[in-house]
Amino acid sequence: MAMSAAEIETLIRAALPDARVSVEDLAGDGDHYAAQIVSESFRGRSRIQQHQMVFQALGGRMGGALHALALKTSVPDEET
Amino acid sequence: MSDATTTRIEREITDNTVMLYMKGNPRFPQCGFSARVVQILTHLGVQFGSANVLEDASLREGIKQFSNWPTVPQLYVKGEFIGGCDIVTEMFQSGELETLLAEKGVPHSASA
Repeated sequence: MAMSAAEIETLIRAALPDARVSVEDLAGDGDHYAAQIVSESFRGRSRIQQHQMVFQALGGRMGGALHALALKTSVPDEET
Repeated sequence: MSDATTTRIEREITDNTVMLYMKGNPRFPQCGFSARVVQILTHLGVQFGSANVLEDASLREGIKQFSNWPTVPQLYVKGEFIGGCDIVTEMFQSGELETLLAEKGVPHSASA
């Protein structure tokens, strides 16, 4: 049921076309990922809302097929 | 989600100033993400209530619907959903978590 990093990126880009997405496979097991997502569409939204937008993009896979995806979201001018 | 589960969650997040839904318990977390949030709260000297979602399937599903959040752990402060492990970690590192605790009048130890 694991997902590839490319699949995760594709789903996020489909929902947030302007997003810069980098997905890292933390353990090399196709099950533990960290994603950094920078998108203008996050502007003015709380972190909770930003993460919910990503969950929505992943279409219910979060917590299911995607066991572990650490998320870091930001808007273009406040990247860290 | 059953009414009983909703009522339970509403009661817990009201009765406990800081409430953590997690896998395992604070002494024996059964997931690295839950362990990290416990560690942060302990580091900040915060007293918190907790519920183990692994012991109750209806709670495990119910809390996801209640918060509209697909994963556990989930942290509530004064009845407000703060976030999961990533957000709590980010807020801790930036100092926002301490600010939030101070603003909400939650007793905690001052940072070194």
